[in-house]
Amino acid sequence: MFSIFAANSESLLAWTIYLSFAGALVQALLPKGKAELSRWLALAVAVAGLVLAVVGFAAGMGQGRVVIADVPWVPAMGIHYLLAADGISRVLVLLTGLAAVAGVLFSWNVELRTNEFFAFYLALIGGVYGVFLSFDLFLLFVFYEIAIVPKYFLIAIWGSTRREYAAMKLALYSFVGSSMVLIGLLAAYATAGSHSTSLIVLSHASLPVSFQMWCFPLVFTGFAILAGMWPFHTWAPTGHVAAPTAASMLLAGVVMKLGAYGCLRVGIWLFPRGLDPWGFSLIGIGSWRDVFAVLAVVGIVYGALVALVQTDFKFVIGYSSVSHMGFVLLGLMTLNQIGMTGAVMQMFSHGILAGLLFAIVGRIVYERTHTRQLAELETMHLSKRLPFAAWAFVIAGMASMGLPGFSGFVAELQVLVGAWSVKPWWTLAAGVGIVVGVAYTWRAMQKAFFSDKLPTPDEHPKTGWPDLGAITWPEYTGVALLVGVSLLVGLYPRILLDAIEPAVKTLLAGGGQ
Amino acid sequence: MNYIDLFRATLPETALEVAALLVLVLDLSLLRKAALKARVAVAALLGIAGCGAALWAVLLQGNQGLFFKGTGEFLLATGGYAAVAQAGILVLTALTLLLLIDSVFTRHVGEYVAVVLMAAAGGLLIAGARDLLVIFVGLELLSLGLYILTAFAKSSGKSAEAALKYYLFGGMSAAFLLFGFSYFYGLSGSTNLAEIQRAIAATGPSPLFYVAWILVVAGLGFKVAAVPFHLWAPDTYEGAPAPAAAFIASVSKVASFALLLTVSLNWLMPGAQGNGSLTYLWGVYQTWPALATILLVIAAASMMVGNLAALVQVSVRRLLAYSAIAHAGYILLGIAVHPVYNWHESLIGFTQNARGPAALSANAVLYYILTYGLTTIGAFGVMDVVERATGSDRMDAFLGLHKRNPVLAAVLLVLFLSLAGIPPLVGFWAKFNLFAAVLGNSGGVVPFALVALAVGLSAVSLYYYLQVLKRAYVMPAVDETPIKAHPVTLTVLVGIAAAVVLLGCFPALLQGWIGSFRP
Repeated sequence: MFSIFAANSESLLAWTIYLSFAGALVQALLPKGKAELSRWLALAVAVAGLVLAVVGFAAGMGQGRVVIADVPWVPAMGIHYLLAADGISRVLVLLTGLAAVAGVLFSWNVELRTNEFFAFYLALIGGVYGVFLSFDLFLLFVFYEIAIVPKYFLIAIWGSTRREYAAMKLALYSFVGSSMVLIGLLAAYATAGSHSTSLIVLSHASLPVSFQMWCFPLVFTGFAILAGMWPFHTWAPTGHVAAPTAASMLLAGVVMKLGAYGCLRVGIWLFPRGLDPWGFSLIGIGSWRDVFAVLAVVGIVYGALVALVQTDFKFVIGYSSVSHMGFVLLGLMTLNQIGMTGAVMQMFSHGILAGLLFAIVGRIVYERTHTRQLAELETMHLSKRLPFAAWAFVIAGMASMGLPGFSGFVAELQVLVGAWSVKPWWTLAAGVGIVVGVAYTWRAMQKAFFSDKLPTPDEHPKTGWPDLGAITWPEYTGVALLVGVSLLVGLYPRILLDAIEPAVKTLLAGGGQ
Repeated sequence: MNYIDLFRATLPETALEVAALLVLVLDLSLLRKAALKARVAVAALLGIAGCGAALWAVLLQGNQGLFFKGTGEFLLATGGYAAVAQAGILVLTALTLLLLIDSVFTRHVGEYVAVVLMAAAGGLLIAGARDLLVIFVGLELLSLGLYILTAFAKSSGKSAEAALKYYLFGGMSAAFLLFGFSYFYGLSGSTNLAEIQRAIAATGPSPLFYVAWILVVAGLGFKVAAVPFHLWAPDTYEGAPAPAAAFIASVSKVASFALLLTVSLNWLMPGAQGNGSLTYLWGVYQTWPALATILLVIAAASMMVGNLAALVQVSVRRLLAYSAIAHAGYILLGIAVHPVYNWHESLIGFTQNARGPAALSANAVLYYILTYGLTTIGAFGVMDVVERATGSDRMDAFLGLHKRNPVLAAVLLVLFLSLAGIPPLVGFWAKFNLFAAVLGNSGGVVPFALVALAVGLSAVSLYYYLQVLKRAYVMPAVDETPIKAHPVTLTVLVGIAAAVVLLGCFPALLQGWIGSFRP
C-alpha cells in the first residue's frame, strides 16, 4: 500500500500525479476570495510537478522502462495499480509539466471563482500525468476518463464564445470516444483470457489476428477522436475557441496528446496485427493503416485550408491544431522508427507551440482588445501597441510552420521522411499542408499585427490609442519558458530523441523485454 | 421444520417487525404529546436500531436455511448472496430513515417508520426465498408497504395520484405473477424453485412453460421497472415524498433484483447436488437460453427507453426515474447473460463451468445494485433539500447551487458523475464489473452487441446528468439565498458521497466483501 508513495528517484514521477490531485483538493477546500493565495498555490504545485518531471526525465536518461509502482488494485480481475515510465512517457510528462506551469502563468488574471478554476485545472493535470505513466490497461483508462469532467467545467464556466455548447460537445465527444475504447478494452481483456491487465503482459498475449482486425480500429478511433482525427475533429476548434486561455493551452497542449498517446500505447502496441493488410485493396487502401494514414493526411490539409479562411483569430489556431495533430497520426501510421519518433517529437513540439499560440491570442491579445475578429484587429496596429505580442507571435508562428531551429521542424521532418519510405504520396500531400500552413500563419500574423489599415473616422479614437495595459510578468515568463524550450529542442533535439528512440524501438519490436 | 428453525431463519425479519411494533407503540402512547421533531428522531433512531439488530442477525446466520418438508431443498435460504442483498437492504433502509429526520411531510411519523420497516422485512424475505409462495408473500409485504409510503404525503394531490397509479399497476402485475406461478405449479407439481427446475428439465420445455415465464417476467419486470412494465416509475418517483421515493428507488430495487438473481441462478445451474443425469443437464441447458432471451430483449429495451426518455426530462425526479429504468436494463443484462447463452459451448463445458462464472456475474449484479442504491438515496437526499428550499423539483431549481450550498453541490457532482459511470467513482466499477462479467462469461456476438449498446448508452446518459450539474455549477443563479440543510442530512449526504469516492478508489473493498459470501 505505502510502496506507491515511496520517494526514491524512480518513483519521483508518480508524485506528479499525487501532487496535482492533492493541489486540486486543497484548492477546492480553499475559502472564497483568496484569489492571490490560490494562484500562488497553483503555481507552486505546477512548478513542483515540472521539477519532478525534469528530475525524473534526467534520472531516466539511458534507462529503458522502469516500473514505478505495482500494487494489486482489483485482484478479482487482475487489475494492478501499475505505474511505469519509458522514454515516451518521460517526454510527455515533461511536456505536461511545462504546459501546466505555462497555463497557470497565463491564467494569472482569472478573477471569477479562482480557487475552483485551479481545482479543476489541477485535477485535469493530475489525470494527464496519470495517463502518461499508467502501464495497466484499465488504470490508463481510469485516468483518461478523469480528465473529461474538469475539461467540461473549465470551458463551461470560464469560457467565452458559445461556451456551454462547446463544453458539452467536447465532453460528449470525449465520452463517446472513451466508450469505444472501453468496449475494445473489455473485449481484449475477455479474449486474452490472461488474468492480468498489464499492458506489458497483454502486449505479449498475441491476440487472434481476426480479433485484432476489428478491435484495433475501434480502439484507435476511440482514442483518435481526442487527438482530433478528421472527420471526428469538430469538437476541437469549437472547444479550443470557447475555452479560457489556460484550458485551450491544455486542450491543444496535452489533452489532444492523450488521444495520440492512447493510439500509440494501446492501439498500436496491443493490436499490432490490426495494421496488417486486409488481403484486398480498394482504391489503393488495403489496410487499417492506409485508412488512418489517409484520414491523417486529409486532416493535415483540411485543417490548414480551413485555418486559411477563418475570421476569428483563435479559430485559426484551433484549426492549425487539427492540422498539426494530423502529423502525429501520420507519423504513427508509418510504423517505422523515424516516423514514429517524429510523431512523439511532434506531440511534444505541438504541445509547446500550440500552448504558446493560444496564450498569445487568448491571453495577451484578446484580454486587452476584447475582440478576436481579424477584421477588427486589422485596424488596431497591434505591432506598435503590443510589440511584445507581435514578436512573440512571429516567433511562435515561425516555429509552428516548421522553421529550422525550432522543435516543429525536427518533428515534422522526421514524420515526412518516415512517411516517404512508406508511401511517397503521403509526404507530398502532407507537404501541401505545410505550404498552406505557412500561408495561414502569415495571413493571421499580417492581419492581426502588421496591418496598416486605419479604422473609419467615426471609430477612430480622438485622443489617440487607449492604453492596452502593460505586459505583466507572468506573461513574459510564460512566453520565455515556451519559446526557450522550443528553441532548445530545435537546436539540440538529441535531448528528447535519446529518450524517444529506444522506447519507440522497443515498442516496434512488439512489447519486448 | 419446527418453530425453532423458523425463528432462527427469520431472525432478521423478526427483528425488523419487533422494531416496527415498538415504534408504533412508543409513538402512539408515550410520545403522543411530544413535539414532532422529537417523535421523528425517536422513531427514526428506533428504526435504525432495528435495522442494526437485523443486520447483526443476517451476518451471524451463515449458510443455512429453512428446508422444504420432505426434500433437501430450501424454502428460505440464509447466508450466501442472499445475505449480501439483505445486508444491503438493511443499510439502505437505515439511510432512508436518516433522511426522514429533516423531512416533514406527515405527522404520522410512527406509522411511516413502521411501514418502512415492515416493507424492508418483505424485502429481506424475498432476498432469501426459494419457494413461490414465500416469494409471493414477501413481494406483497414489500409492495403494500410501498403503496402506502407513496401516498403518505396526505396533503399532496400528486402523492395520492402517484400512489393510486402505483397501486393499480402493482395489483395488475401481482395478478400476472400469481398466474405465472400457478402455471409453474401446474407444470411441475411443486412450488419450490429447484424442484420446478428439475421437473421441467426432465420433460423439456413445453409451450406452457414459456407462457408461464413471460407472465412471471411481467410481474418481476414491474418491480424492477423494466420496459415495458415501467410506466409507474416516473409518476411514482415524482409524486412520492422524497424519503419514500428514495426507499422505492433503492431498497425495493435491491430486493427485487436479488429475487431475480435467485430465480435465474436456481433455474440455470444444475441442482445443488450437481450430479443429475445427462437428460436432466441437457434439459437445464436447453431451458435457460429461452428464458434469457426474453430478459435480454427487456434489458435492451430498458436501456434504450430509459436513457433516451431521460434526455428530455425537465423534472429531476422524473429524470432519476428514467435513469433508474436504464440502470435496470444494465443489471438485467448481467442477470440474463450466462455461459449457457453461448450457443456453441459444449454441454460438458457448461456443466463444468456454469457455477463459477454464474457466481461471478451474480457478484457483479450485487455490486451494481448495492452501489446504485446507495448513490440513488444520496441523489434523492440532495433533491429533497433543494426541493424544500425552492418548492420545485425542476432542473432550474438547481440553478446556482454551488453558491447557495457548496457542500450540497459537491455531493450532487460526485453522485451524478458516479451514476454516469465516470471513474474513479463507484458507479464506474459497477458498470465495469458487470460488463466484464458478461463478456467474460460468453464470447457470442449477442452479448457483445448488448454490452456495446450499454456502454454507448452510458455515453448518452452523461448528457442528462450534466444538464443538472450544469445548472448547479455553470449557469448563473437566479436566487442566491443560501440553502440550509439539516446537519444530520448533510452528514449523511457527505458520508454517502465519501463512500462513493472511497469505494471507487478502492473497488476491491466491496468486491472482496461480496466475494467472501459463498453460496
